[in-house]
Amino acid sequence: MLEIRDLQAGAGERRILNGIDLVVNPGEVHAVMGPNGSGKSTLAGALAGRDGIEVTGGSATFKGQDLLDLDPEVRAREGLFLAFQYPVEIPGVNNAYLLKAALNEVRKHRGEPELDAMDFMTLARKRMSLLDMDDALLNRPVNDGFSGGEKKRNEIFQLAVLEPSLAILDETDSGLDIDALKTVAAGVNAMRSPERSLIVVTHYQRLLHYIVPDFVHVLYRGRIVKSGGKELALELEEKGYGWLDAEPAAATA
Amino acid sequence: MPQIAISADSYAAQFAAVKRTAPLAGPLASLRDDAFHCFDRLGFPTTRLEEWRFTNIAPIVEVPFQAPAASGGLDREVLDALPLPRSGAPEFVFVNGSFSPDLSDPSGLPPGVRVRSLAASAAGGAGGLDVLTAHLGRLARFQNHAFTALNTAFLRDGAVIEVDGGVVSERPIHLLFASSSAPAPVLSQPRVLIVAGAGSEVRIVESHAGAGDVPYLSNAVTEVSAADHAVVDHYTVVRQADAAYHVGNLAVRLGRASNFSSHTITAGGAIVRNEAGVVLGGEGGECTLNGLYLGNGRQLVDNQTTIDHAMPHCDSHELYKGILDGRSRAVFNGKIIVRLDAQKTDAKQSNKALLLSEDAQITTKPQLEIFADDVKCTHGATIGQLDPDALFYLRSRALSKAQARQLLIHAFAADLLGHIKVEAIRRGLDALLLERLPMSGE
Ligand SMILES: Nc1ncnc2c1ncn2[C@@H]1O[C@H](COP(=O)(O)OP(=O)(O)OP(=O)(O)O)[C@@H](O)[C@H]1O
Ligand SMILES: [Mg+2]
Repeated sequence: MLEIRDLQAGAGERRILNGIDLVVNPGEVHAVMGPNGSGKSTLAGALAGRDGIEVTGGSATFKGQDLLDLDPEVRAREGLFLAFQYPVEIPGVNNAYLLKAALNEVRKHRGEPELDAMDFMTLARKRMSLLDMDDALLNRPVNDGFSGGEKKRNEIFQLAVLEPSLAILDETDSGLDIDALKTVAAGVNAMRSPERSLIVVTHYQRLLHYIVPDFVHVLYRGRIVKSGGKELALELEEKGYGWLDAEPAAATA
Repeated sequence: MPQIAISADSYAAQFAAVKRTAPLAGPLASLRDDAFHCFDRLGFPTTRLEEWRFTNIAPIVEVPFQAPAASGGLDREVLDALPLPRSGAPEFVFVNGSFSPDLSDPSGLPPGVRVRSLAASAAGGAGGLDVLTAHLGRLARFQNHAFTALNTAFLRDGAVIEVDGGVVSERPIHLLFASSSAPAPVLSQPRVLIVAGAGSEVRIVESHAGAGDVPYLSNAVTEVSAADHAVVDHYTVVRQADAAYHVGNLAVRLGRASNFSSHTITAGGAIVRNEAGVVLGGEGGECTLNGLYLGNGRQLVDNQTTIDHAMPHCDSHELYKGILDGRSRAVFNGKIIVRLDAQKTDAKQSNKALLLSEDAQITTKPQLEIFADDVKCTHGATIGQLDPDALFYLRSRALSKAQARQLLIHAFAADLLGHIKVEAIRRGLDALLLERLPMSGE
């Protein structure tokens, strides 16, 4: 699905990712954990093609294609989805309009017929109920005036409608209370399938109680310094990230 | 400047010809004379005048425009190809300022609403001349305004709309002003008088467009008198040809508790200057001035508004938005006067510009002159670019860069579009915003 080799990236003058290696196979769930500023969102952004993040070395292959060579919209059409840490408010653009346009772009790319308004609404309603989301959000401007939790739900709702093959969730848990967290996690779990992979970026293992990962990676200063199974998340929960400073040269597992 | 003298001379000869070929009844004839003297005295404005500081009209002054000798015709196909918002009758067509009955369709006007050509009104009959002498030139003052003086001096034809007290005119009344320059540059001078009786309601769309590559000058003047409790919803759509110039002056006076809204949409013309002046002349009046201006290439769009709060308890809301691409430039000057007696005034003004290219420019200036003390006045101006985070967000949702830009540009104008009650105008703008603008982006 995704194969990242020695990925280096920065923003402006600043080097942020210092050689990331990560292989994600179909159906796998990978958690990427790490302290503030370790480069988690930069990694997510580099994969999604965010402007301003400059890849300076290494490679990323997505379904056999050079991912880094594709425009962001083509990555999305190919089945890569990024749930933003900070979803962008876009006043004046209707949430349903955007999502229908997005879905139809993806469908066109796959050679499938576009959905008309009726079929789209049927699908959207089904996915909204999955996330216990208020219908009214569909007809509001994208994220405009949404609460923090509503924004995060909206991201996962988009994921559920677009059905990507690889979804990167960037701190989808932050800003959610425990009930919302459970709902969102249940929504994500409902989308899990042997063909769909997930990269779950988080600080805390709280979310990983509900979305159980196959692998956990620790990102520190732009490197994956430790990888393991789901028990690594618990270990981090106990020890925090402080120990990483003591072992700056920690081996990549 | 020598070219000013040259063109003033040429207008003097033309003025003499108009007086000969299109004589008007006594009071209107002297109005014309006064106006020409003013024009002659003032000359075309230069950038030394404060109100024209950022709008250099030297290109207009240099062209020897000719006032059309007779009412020229226009093929229906040419008219139909112009980018004018149309939603059927009642529709009145003017070619180079002159009424064209053949192209017009007056059906659908309710009883109590009269639309006549200014020429027919001036020729008398059914009190036509009385309406003109009572209102014409009283709202659009030309004593200090060269373009309005020029329009008034060459007064010959135009539209006169009268709505009787209490009458509600539901369908929009369309006035289409087509200019056509072949072979020589033409001076097209639309003139409109709207008199809305007490408690009446009317919606009027004035749209301006033209064909061809030969420059023309469309110099339009509209006067609106709204009596007590009248509701007037007015639209000006300027979509002139690339080589054309347009100068418009909308002068409005509101009675007690009347409500006037204006929507000025500019999308075409080498230089376009729209002036709107509203006097809130009775207690409890309400005025909305909205504007959307699109600039591209080397266009210059200038919007000048004046809201004169002359009486207490009046509200004004003003929202102008510009979308500027290429090397286009825009000027916005919003003047709000609150007179000593105008207590409890509530005036809001906002101008927002979206710059789509590095070379686009906007000059914006609010101008508040407040003499009363118990008032609320707010104004704001913002200038921005498309939000790169929003662009990326949309692209990450599979939309192409062009689609993402279009959507954001459209979104920028969405609130103004929402206030437009004439479907044909909204559709035209949707098409413009979604098709025209993004192509010049990088
Ligand atoms: N555009 C930028 N220009 C300069 N520095 C940047 C830019 N973007 C990110 N950085 C810096 O790079 C580092 C990594 O940022 P990133 O957002 O990837 O961290 P993160 O692991 O996602 O942190 P958090 O847990 O707070 O979300 C930070 O120190 C950040 O300040
Ligand atoms: Mg982050």
